This record gives sequence, C-alpha cells and structure tokens, in this order.
Amino acid sequence: MNTIKILSTFAIGAILFTSCSSDDDAPVQVNEEELITKMTVSLVGGGETVTLIVTDEDGADGPVSPEVTVSGSLKENTTYNGSVVLLNESESPAELINEEIEAEADAHQFFYEASSALNITTAYTDKESDYKKEDGTSFTSTNPVGLTFTVATTSAGTGTLTVTLRHEPNKSASGVANGDIANAGGETDITQTFDITVTQ
Amino acid sequence: MKRHTWFLVFLLGISFLSAQECDNTLSGRIIDFHDGVPLEGARITFNNRTIVADATGTYHINGLCPTTYAFTISHEKCNSKVVTLDMAKVSSKDFYLEHHLNELEEVKVNGANKTKTTSAQEETIGSDILEKYSSASLGDALKNITGVSSLNTGSTIVKPIIQGLSGSRVLIMNNGVRMQDMEWGDEHAPNIDINTAGNVTVVKGASALKYGGDAIGGVVIMEPNKVPAKDTLYGKTVVSGAVNGRGGSVSSELIKGYENGWFLKAQGTIKRFGDVEAPDYVLSNTGVFEKGASLSFGVNKFTHGWDAYYSFFNNEIGVLATSHIGNVDDLISAINSQQPAIIRDFTYKINNPRQEVTHHLGRLRYFKRFEELGKWNTQYDFQYNQRFEYDIRRTEERSKIPSIDLELKTHTLTSDFTFDSNSEFLWNIGGVVRYQNNFADPSTGVRRLIPDYDKYDAGVFITGEYDLTNNIILDGGVRYDYNRMDAQKFYSKSRWTERGYNVDFSDFITGDFNSEWLTNPVFDYHSISGTIGAQYTYKEDYEFRFNYAMAQRAPNPSELFSDGLHHSAARIELGDLRIDQETSHKVSINLQKNTDKWGWEIAPYANFINDYILLEPVDVQLSIRGAFPVWDYRQTDVRLLGVDAKVYANWHQDWRTDHNFSLVKGKENKSDTPLINIPAPNFNNSVTYKKEDWFGLNISVESQYFFEQNEYPPNLTVFSPQQQENVLLEINTPPAAYHLLNTDTSMEFSLGEKNKLKVGLTINNILNKSYRNYLNRQRYFADDLGRNFLLRLSINY
Repeated sequence: MNTIKILSTFAIGAILFTSCSSDDDAPVQVNEEELITKMTVSLVGGGETVTLIVTDEDGADGPVSPEVTVSGSLKENTTYNGSVVLLNESESPAELINEEIEAEADAHQFFYEASSALNITTAYTDKESDYKKEDGTSFTSTNPVGLTFTVATTSAGTGTLTVTLRHEPNKSASGVANGDIANAGGETDITQTFDITVTQ
Repeated sequence: MKRHTWFLVFLLGISFLSAQECDNTLSGRIIDFHDGVPLEGARITFNNRTIVADATGTYHINGLCPTTYAFTISHEKCNSKVVTLDMAKVSSKDFYLEHHLNELEEVKVNGANKTKTTSAQEETIGSDILEKYSSASLGDALKNITGVSSLNTGSTIVKPIIQGLSGSRVLIMNNGVRMQDMEWGDEHAPNIDINTAGNVTVVKGASALKYGGDAIGGVVIMEPNKVPAKDTLYGKTVVSGAVNGRGGSVSSELIKGYENGWFLKAQGTIKRFGDVEAPDYVLSNTGVFEKGASLSFGVNKFTHGWDAYYSFFNNEIGVLATSHIGNVDDLISAINSQQPAIIRDFTYKINNPRQEVTHHLGRLRYFKRFEELGKWNTQYDFQYNQRFEYDIRRTEERSKIPSIDLELKTHTLTSDFTFDSNSEFLWNIGGVVRYQNNFADPSTGVRRLIPDYDKYDAGVFITGEYDLTNNIILDGGVRYDYNRMDAQKFYSKSRWTERGYNVDFSDFITGDFNSEWLTNPVFDYHSISGTIGAQYTYKEDYEFRFNYAMAQRAPNPSELFSDGLHHSAARIELGDLRIDQETSHKVSINLQKNTDKWGWEIAPYANFINDYILLEPVDVQLSIRGAFPVWDYRQTDVRLLGVDAKVYANWHQDWRTDHNFSLVKGKENKSDTPLINIPAPNFNNSVTYKKEDWFGLNISVESQYFFEQNEYPPNLTVFSPQQQENVLLEINTPPAAYHLLNTDTSMEFSLGEKNKLKVGLTINNILNKSYRNYLNRQRYFADDLGRNFLLRLSINY
C-alpha cells in the first residue's frame, strides 16, 4: 500500500538528484566595482607641477605591491594648490572614482599628514556643499572633503606625506575638520605614504 | 507479538536448573534508556519468580544457580525485554528499558547499549540542558560537554570545537542529515535551531563511521524525541527572555501520535536580540534575528515506516561594528587601544556588516525490518543553503548589495542495513552518494572568495560489534570515501604566477579574461578510514573504553581556493591547489566509575594528524588600501594531546558537586611550534542543591576558570605604512586568564492534571567581569559579554 507511495517519492527524488547536475556553464567574470588602481595627487605652485602617483594594478586582492612615484621636489616658502584624481584602470576606458566620492561627499574625507621634519602645512580648500549628490542637488553641509587642498612649504627638508581616504569617518570628531585623522574612525579606502623633499 | 512469545519460550527453555549450589546473586539498576531515570516498580521475572525494583531503580536477586538465565524485564510504561545472563560470570547488571517507543519494540536480547559507539569517547546532553539554551545556539549548549569548546565570532556565531578541532573536521548530523552549510568559514555558524533537538550527542573523534569518514574532530548528532505509537497530543512551549541584548525567544512544538503509528510534528522558533553589552560598553551591531520552523509526519511501525521532514532556518546576524577594519594599521590601533572604536547607543537594528543565512532541509526516509535478518534504512535529503554577507562598502548604494552571495545545493542518498538478528554480532553496512553545487553570484561586484563548483561524493562502510563476553564488547569498521571537486574559478594572473600555478597547473586554464585566467581545477580524492575498539565493564560500576580511529579528510573548497581579501575579516586568505587530504590517527581511552554516591571519568587521547591543514597569519601585503595581514593555508604534521576529566559527588541526597577539567595541547611535530586556536585549559566546578518536594527546586552555582593559553604561535613583525616602521603585530597573543560565576535556579509546578510549568532563572557572569576569550575572533576589538539575567518559562501540555 504505502510502499508504492514511498517508491514514487524516491523516484521523484532521484529525478531531482540527476536533473540538477547539469550545471556546467562557465561562470561570469566579476566586475570588481570598488577597485581603485591609481591615485594621482597634483601639486601646482611656483610655476611647476609636482605629481605624486601610486598605482596598484591588482588592487588589495592581488600580490603585486603598489608602485609609487614622486615627479620632483617641492620648493621652500611656496604654496601649492593640490588636487586628487582616483582611477580604476582595470576598466577601459578607465573609471573616474572622483565622481563617486563627490556624490557621497558627506561620507568621505581625505587626510594629508606630513611628517614633522618636513615643515609643511596642509589645508582643505573644498567643502561638502561644493559637490552634488546623486540626485543632482547640492550638499548643504560644509565639512571638508579634501579633493582639493593646499600645501604650504617653509624651510627645506625631507620627510613623508601620507594621503588617506576614509569613508564614513566621524567628521564632527575633534580635529577631524582640520585634517587630524586621529579621531576620524571610518574605513580606509586608500592610504599611501610619499617621500617628499623640499629644496631651497 | 506472537513471535516474541515464541522467542521467550525459547530463551526460557535453555535456562534450566541443575543440582548446583545456588547462592549466586545479581544486582543492579533498571533505568530509562533515554534519560537515565530510575524505573521504580520495574519487574524482573524468571522461572516464576518476580523481583520489583525500588525507588532508585535498584534490584537485588539472590539464590541464583551458576547457570544461564533468561530474565524478562518489564515496566508498565516501557517495552519489555529479555536478557540472558550466565550467572557463573556475572553478578551485576544494569538494564535499560525503552520508553513507549514503537520503533525499538523489538526484543533486544543484549544488555542495552545506549551510546552511539561502543568504544569511543562520547557524551550526550538531554532536553534539560537544551531547554536552558533555548535562546542561545547549539555551540553554547555543547560547551556543557567536557572537551567541547567553541570558536566564536562575537557571542552569536558559535562553532563547536571538539578536543581542539573545529570547522570541516566536525560533522553535524541534524535529524539524520549531515549538514551542508558552508562549515568551512570561521565565521560560519551551524545553521541549526537548537530547539529542534531532543538530545545531542558528541562523539569525540572519527569512530562513528556511519556518519562520515572525515570526522577527525568528531560528530555532533542532534536527534529529535521520538513520537510514541499511541493516540496522543502533546506539546511544549519555551519562552526565554534575557536582559543583556534585551531580547528573547519563543519556541513551540506540537506533536500528534496515533495508535497505528502515524505521527505529525510541528515546531517553530523565533529569536530576537538587540545589541549585547560588555560590562563597560554596548557591543554595537551585535543583534540577531533568527526564525526556524520544522514539520514532519510519517508512519512508524515495527516492521516498516517512513517519514518526511522539512525544516527552515533563517538567521540575520550583526557583526560587531568596531571589528570591521580597513587595514593592518587599523588592526594595530585596535589591538593597542583595547577599546572599541565604535560604541553607539543600544539598538535592535542590524546594520552592515551583517550576515543573512537561510537553510532549507528536506528529508524522506523509509525503513523496513526483515524477520530474522535486520533493518534496512534508506533516505534522500536535499539541502539548500544561501549565505549573504553585507559589508560596509564605499558607497551607500553598494552597501545594499551583498559582498558575498553563495548558494549551496546538496542532494544526498544514503542507505544502510543493520544485521541485528544475531545476539552477539551486530553488523551495519551502508553507502552514500552525494552531489553538491555551489554558485557564487557575480553581481556582488566583489571577487568570489569561494568559486562555483560541483562536488561528487560516494562512500561505503561496514561496521561491526561483537559481544565477546557479557562484559566485553569489541567494535570495528572501515569506510571508503571518494570525492571529486570540479571547480570553475577566475584567478588574477598575478596571483596565478605568484603561487607558481603557471608551472604546476597550466592545464587547468580554460579562458583568458584580460587580467584574469578562467580555470577549471578538477581533483579526485580517495579516503580510507577505520576504527577498532573495545568496551569492558567490570565490577559493578566501572566502564573502560579503548578506541583507535584513523580518518582521512579531503580539503574543503576554502582550503583549496580561497584567494583574496576577506572583507569582513580584513585579511587576505590564500588557499592552495596543492593541498591534499589530512590523515588522523587517534587513540583514546575512557575510564569511568559511576555509583549513587559519586563517580568519575578520565579520558585521555592522542591525535596524530599528518598533513594537517591550518590557516595562520604569515605576512603582510601592501596595497593601495594599506597593508593587510596575509593568512595562508599550509599542511604540516601535528599532534594533539589532551585529557578530559570529571568528578561528581552526591554528598547528601540534596547536594551534589560537579568538577570538570579539560586540557589539550597542539603542536607541530617537527618544530614544536604550538598550533593556532587551541582552547586553553579550563576548569569548571559547580554545586547543586536539589529539593524535589519544594516544587522540584534546583539551585546551582557554577564557577568557570579559563586559563591563559600560554602556547601560541609567534606573532608577526609587519611594516606599518602609517608609522613608517616595522611594528610587532600581536595577532596571536592570547588574552589573560579569567574566572566567571554563573547560577541557575529552576522550579516546576503542575498546572492541572497533565500540564507542567517549569520556571528557570539563569544569571551568567554574576560579577560582571570584563574578559576576553582567546577563541573569540573579536577579542582584538572588544570585551566579551557582561552580566546577563535570563528567565525561561517552559510549559508542557
């Protein structure tokens, strides 16, 4: 009596079992959306442009270490206007990541930290209200973002400049609006240290 | 029933009286097979004599001749059984009777063997303990077993560790089905609602070959309570509430049984907690929302039966906000600061990072008993496991898309035959075929951590049990397993070359996609496992078990294919295609003595594992996002030596103390380097006061002492981009020793004739001690749980 029912259930099970095993299609390549492969920091001042570049062709996942180049030295007692360009060059044409940062300007901030030996000061020259949200309206808040900034040199020296992009930092924490990373928290999207020389 | 009668007559026939000196005695206890409760009023009849057991289930028979007797043991609530004993050899015997169960209605001629294996170390926890953990997880409840600890990610993701081994080395049998729920990840907890289990047994080691040959750590066997074959309707509801986490759970089950063997069982659980709290702060984003339901029905007759079972499990788990770090500098500052960077107000809301897992399990089972031969069992099961892991991603829009999206489908067909007609030999022969498919959804926009694969398994086993004498049982078995792994994976060309795969595995490449190779690695594994052991009971209350088990485990997909940044852990995990099976040789001994007054158990073991697969931090890799610790899988020969011990004493009829200790040492054979994530020794002591008359009052106070793990692999020195210098990354340094005090109080009240209300109050970490646990992956970031009050009400109806 019941045996027939059982057998038929098992038959259905067996069909399920076999029919599912023809899943042999090649997988689709993942389009790695969050990859940043290149950051270019341009410092324009004293009639010259100094560029700081880091490229990491395989991103955080890959074994290849990032390649860092600094095109030249800075001059003492000069103020440079800085700007940052972020690219994902694994796509063609390369994707400009700046757009994404701008659209969520309130959730991102760059930090520029110079080693004390360098005797330079940095300052933000942009604020969130300079940028437009995804929906086209401008931000109303005025916290700094850091896509543009200034570097002012004083005396000659050598040291390092570390550029960090954080997302979801605590922008209202103490010192963060002035570029102090100590209390910023959040997630690091980019961080790179450049060797800088300031000459006479 | 007729057949039984004939059987009895036959057995009685062989016991004859002769003109010998008849002054032998037999004594022991008659105990419920399931919960070990003494069966007062149980009867032993033989040769027209009847002996009745007293309130403690104890019986005493004198005037026996030194010959073979057939004793019929019966109890009004149980199935009777007949046991033949040779009085020339035996003077004590405990009898176990089966409570009202149809399936086991057979006359079991032998002294009952209530354990899963005859010779391995094992322990079972029953519904009393499980009920206490109704609002917690399986891993928490299992820690009541000596030698079982857990690998945690926070307080909600709890993976059992058995004698130092966890993950793929521990099989979990859920209602007869081997769980296939991505057990390979450290932060993947078993997708199981603890409330579906009536009892849980842990077999420490690979001796239970029936369930799988690769259980180098052990097997966790969860079984539901059986439904009696009588017209009945009953159920149970457990409601628990906890102060810490400000949540609780409700679990309910309803069971309908019929005289003709039909039954229907439905069960459901809902569990919700907000952020839990450490003594000094809120552990932000540690909420959990779990839903589970199961339904089963079928027929359970003596000669045959079938049932269908379906269970659904869904769990949404918050991952401690502050544990989500960007790079190695964040990790260094987290370890140094000893304070979570993110402490928000309490909330029930679960934000990213979080996990959402769903598990569907369906099973059809059929059994038939063949006269004078044995029992045939066949089952088909299907499992569907879906795992989403949501991360904090660079934009809010992206954070809505999971970073990990895996779909694991498993079909399994198992069949086995138990030959139990011979009273001295018990054979079990069976096999399994399994097909598994993993699909990693590419729409995540994050490179796959686990690739798409098809996996084919087949296994056969034979195990046997032989009663050498009345007090010596031998057991043994062998098993062969075949696994084929057929994966489709993209490797970045730079990684492929860095790992040297271009030399060894160039024939796997099937496509060229710009910066990546598409590859099709196919691996076959042949594994052999075996076990042999003995059980010896002597005097009245000693039991000695000896077991040797050899087991081989094929690598899991994570060990083979991991490649890249594991976002939720901020570490780069690298598998290796060259990884082969690991082979374990484990010798274990268990010696125990149990009396009414006191008892003890000592269980030493030595587990030698060749080509042990381990994951450990080895290096730091620089990238544009900063530096990340690299965790690499490698294989090495290791040994795990340990001992589990316990002592209990009933000082007075109301007072009892329990003392448990477990120790395990894991080291690499060649270098003597300690292994990572080996549980520290721990020492548990408890005092229980029980007064049946006062509404079953039961008060216990428990002290748990966890030593500091002083054997751990060396730390790493890494270059910190932020500090521009090499710093020591104390990623392996264990936290200090700690001591916790807990208490539990429960009482029982009758509600009318059939209903029963049980009230329990548990206070954990009474002293509100701040501590960190070496086996909690979040120990770098925050303290463990603070004081917690849990109230539970359980109503039987």
